Amino acid sequence: MRMPDTSEILLQVEGVSLAFGGVKALRNVSLDIRKGEIRAIIGPNGAGKTSMLNVINGFYHPNRGAITFKGRTRAQMQPFEASRGGIARTFQNVALFKGMSALDNIMAGRTLKMRRGLLWQMLRYGPALAEEIEHRHRVEEIIDFLEIEPIRKVPVARLPYGLQKRVELGRALAMEPDLLLLDEPMAGMNLEEKKDMSRFILDVNDYYGTTIALIEHDMAVVMDLSHRVVVLDHGVKIADGTPDEVKKNQGVIDAYLGIAH
Amino acid sequence: MADGGSFDTFPKLLLRNAAKFGNHPAFRHKDLGIWQTWTWTEVAGIVRAYAAGLQRIGLQPSETIAIVGSNRPKLYWTMMAAQALRAIPVPVYSDAVADELTYVLAHADVKLVAAQDQEQVDKVLSVSDRVPHLRKIVYDEPRGLRDYDHSRLIAIHDVIEDGRAALAGNAAFGEQIDEIIRQGEGSDISIILYTSGTTGASKGVMLSARRCIDAVTDTVRFDRLTQNDVALAYLPLAWVGDHYLNYAQGLAAGFCMACPESGETVEQDLREIGPTFYFAPPRVFENMLTRVMIRMEDAAPIKRRMFDYFLGIARRHGESILTGKPVPVSGRLLYALGRSILYEPLKNVLGLSRVRVAYTAGEAIGPDLFAFYRSIGLNLKQLYGQTEAFLYVTCQPDGEIYSDTVGPAAPNVDIRIAESGEVQFRSPGMFVRYFKDQARTAETLTPDGYVKTGDAGFFDEKTGHLKIIDRAKDVGRLADGTIFAPKYLENKLKFFPSIKEAVAFGDSREFVCAILNIDLTAVGSWAERNNIAYGSYQELAGHPLVYDLVAKSVAEVNRSLAEEKVMAGAQIRRFLILHKELDADDGELTRTQKVRRGFIAERYAPLVAALYDGSHEADISTEVTFEDGRKGVIAARVKIRDVPAIGATEPLGRAA
Repeated sequence: MRMPDTSEILLQVEGVSLAFGGVKALRNVSLDIRKGEIRAIIGPNGAGKTSMLNVINGFYHPNRGAITFKGRTRAQMQPFEASRGGIARTFQNVALFKGMSALDNIMAGRTLKMRRGLLWQMLRYGPALAEEIEHRHRVEEIIDFLEIEPIRKVPVARLPYGLQKRVELGRALAMEPDLLLLDEPMAGMNLEEKKDMSRFILDVNDYYGTTIALIEHDMAVVMDLSHRVVVLDHGVKIADGTPDEVKKNQGVIDAYLGIAH
Repeated sequence: MADGGSFDTFPKLLLRNAAKFGNHPAFRHKDLGIWQTWTWTEVAGIVRAYAAGLQRIGLQPSETIAIVGSNRPKLYWTMMAAQALRAIPVPVYSDAVADELTYVLAHADVKLVAAQDQEQVDKVLSVSDRVPHLRKIVYDEPRGLRDYDHSRLIAIHDVIEDGRAALAGNAAFGEQIDEIIRQGEGSDISIILYTSGTTGASKGVMLSARRCIDAVTDTVRFDRLTQNDVALAYLPLAWVGDHYLNYAQGLAAGFCMACPESGETVEQDLREIGPTFYFAPPRVFENMLTRVMIRMEDAAPIKRRMFDYFLGIARRHGESILTGKPVPVSGRLLYALGRSILYEPLKNVLGLSRVRVAYTAGEAIGPDLFAFYRSIGLNLKQLYGQTEAFLYVTCQPDGEIYSDTVGPAAPNVDIRIAESGEVQFRSPGMFVRYFKDQARTAETLTPDGYVKTGDAGFFDEKTGHLKIIDRAKDVGRLADGTIFAPKYLENKLKFFPSIKEAVAFGDSREFVCAILNIDLTAVGSWAERNNIAYGSYQELAGHPLVYDLVAKSVAEVNRSLAEEKVMAGAQIRRFLILHKELDADDGELTRTQKVRRGFIAERYAPLVAALYDGSHEADISTEVTFEDGRKGVIAARVKIRDVPAIGATEPLGRAA
């Protein structure tokens, strides 16, 4: 696997803490994501992985700490600011428009890039038409990339789970993000679907040069895919490094296997 | 209308088409959701540039270039460009595993490989050290190949552009390329097609340009194909069917080859393109019908009744109307009504609205299935052929269509039945020889120049059409000398929905017996409708009423055999229903779901013995492999049923 070319930092999380009432989801966590890398966030159930992603894309606001994305530091960010800023994500439970076709779902990912007003779009005429053709072209490239031509016009509710996940990845890609957050992209998939998804994640990283942060439970997948891994346990960062380093870390082994008391 | 005429190579036909049909579409391919079109003029230009580019990377006359991938315009153009340089294209099945691929690439001495995408490039690279002459790989789709070592890899697009630039800068070079095309001769080997190799290593069938063009000229005339026809090119490139029906006929008639977006979108692409010439193996037609039937089950009752009613009308009159036989006025009126509310919309859903000529071949097609498509007005016909003939040996002319024959000899084809019952032919397109295999060439050709097909068959008395019964080596004889063709009998049995598999025995025996498998879905739902309770496959298979049901089907088969003089003696006298399904995991079927007769005879030897010793029950215990890989033993007592022979000369009592 190719290592990212630069060590330029795309996103920096510093001393972030997050609490829901008495539950401390994250405790003083710092991590960085370098441009062009695949960064995995792992940990046992309830370790705070999804909370971390939600903090990064502005869905949760940390009680303490700061986030620097593309050189701009802010304590709080709204989700729409995150998406405008170039952060796209997929969800642990697929969040697509069930009644719409795969094509329309991915087109929805282009919404932020549409410049024409509602009226033009309703008329579907002139500049709005030209714009739609341009966007459709980009979407078709993604459809080709993810090899989902056969299901282009199929309502996503009728698709098997593995394909829904792929459509969701397509919608995130349609935003042409700088940072792509994947929340358990392989959850509930069979072996073949996992292989496909792994290949697409690597291809996205390679072909579009997209920086990817992913949460995943399947250790084999994480170790194969990612350049660097950060391990959370009970909201605390317990390890950070290359897959090999993390695998040997005693704290990580204890967190996963438990310690004899 | 056009055909091969006086042209003796495909590149010359391409130039003819560019001159004659200039702006007619030659190729279509759906890319990024939109059908892209190339006219004959454009294709001729691209192929000339491509040939120039290939020459610049060192492709010489009579060298071979392998083509690995699915139906893409650029891969078809690779064939054309190679033929323009008088080199020989060798298409390879895109799903070939590494070993098969190595065998073909090495055996054919390929110098270049044209691969569709990363997957195929990877496969070729992984075996390249075993392909000594391989110099370069050209590829169609660049995705994923960016970081590969490009000293041996070139995009087809770049080869074409390089050729185009070289042609533009040097008129003499262009003249040189055109001269090579002009020099091409009919005796040049046009293509080498490797047979799939069910018997031993695959053989490279060499076909010459002149013979290829002669063969397609005949069938293009036979089916009146013109530049206004369209075919969906979705069959495997390496199969003679695709090379003949799409590539060769396309060039000869000047019709448009439409390449599907991907293998999985063929169904949708079929609807969008609406081909006028269509080929599919029986399996595809069967799947289509099953899909329609399943969807009709879920339709509203009124629609279902309409569907059933008009299919009834079609069954009664459709075939006669299609072949132009007399039909009462009331029948015509009802059929016309049915056409507007059912048949045409149905064909439209299947993408068959515009089909003028459709063929099926490869295996026996069920009579009901065949009749269904013909009754709704699809001109479906059968052909029989093989790679060594460059496809056609026989085909059914319009108006003489039967589900159980493959038709009379195709135009200009000579057929004879050898002493042994083997079908032999001489045809315009017949192969020159097997590549680097003198011994097997000699084995296949008779001294007087006929090709042995390896298939046994006979000419039907009523129609004069050829009937193929089995592979010649599987055909045996009963003790009294009657021809015994197991597959022919098995196919007849399997056309009944309740019978899933059948294994016939009879070689050197007194009479024919069969071991059958019931179809759990079909018989299960029949049992449900008739209030027959059962707990397992084994129990259902042994149920006396199921035996009655199956015995009726076997009697039906005997009745149809009795009508054929050659086969009348080979009626099925006794049968049993096996207590378990034949399974590839137990070695009883091949992975392609063909029965392994010899193995089954051995494994169930006590049952076979019981079939012939007159007993009405037999015990058997066999080892089976469960889905998780564990092994176990199933023991059962299987009943045996006698079936009366129709018009038989001797009663079973004496035979047994």
